[in-house]
Amino acid sequence: MNPSQREREREYPDGRPHSEQPRWRQDFPIDIPDDAALARREFTKFLVLTSGAFAAGQCWIAVMSQLQDDKPPPEKRIAAESDVLPGGVIEFRYPTDHDPCLLIRLGDGRLVAYGQQCSHLSCAVIPDPQQGQLRCPCHNGYFEINEGRPIAGPPRRPLPRIQLKVIDNIIYATGVELRTA
Amino acid sequence: MKPRLTPAQKATIFSGINLFVTLMVVLQLWLLTATMNAWLGGDSTVVWPAMLASLACFVINLWLLRRLFYLQEPGG
Repeated sequence: MNPSQREREREYPDGRPHSEQPRWRQDFPIDIPDDAALARREFTKFLVLTSGAFAAGQCWIAVMSQLQDDKPPPEKRIAAESDVLPGGVIEFRYPTDHDPCLLIRLGDGRLVAYGQQCSHLSCAVIPDPQQGQLRCPCHNGYFEINEGRPIAGPPRRPLPRIQLKVIDNIIYATGVELRTA
Repeated sequence: MKPRLTPAQKATIFSGINLFVTLMVVLQLWLLTATMNAWLGGDSTVVWPAMLASLACFVINLWLLRRLFYLQEPGG
């Protein structure tokens, strides 16, 4: 494209021709359409890069889901039934020593157990059986105590439920139930 | 011979591509958060379909970006 052709195609924001533009704009003529096109192109490049990052994230989840061990964890003795009074709480670790959990006896005598890590950002939740809830102090997330479902704050998923069984007055953890709702 | 596109026509096409790519990226973000939520909740059934959908979006975006570069070439 020769200079005169470029001159004809040049468009200014106010729509006036090149000769009527202020001096500063004549001294530093910027090809507005080209400039805008370049900015848009850079923006699109950035978006496509972001798109690639999201696709890579999806691939990472897929690979991790394949590497995950699906074997049920072994049973583990937690406590004697008489150790947990109504409204009482016992901390234990299951299935590994890095997974803190809470065993709670509700007011009606029922036993429930949940993973203690908040489903939002893994802070430790604090049980409050009197209020019927578990509270995450990091971002003020609340879970109701009967089912471990989120009732307020940022958490969207329930707490992992620890499956229990009682044999001869001894409470055992038998598995972890991850839940989406 | 294909007629040359005017700058105004190119600008319209650019804006359309930009809008489309933006929508695809938002869709991918939603896919990623939904898949992460399902996977952390123990549901792995959506992981592979979501990955394929996200990769498809990425490939389409790459193709659109290529078209965008082609449009900026002197003969484009």
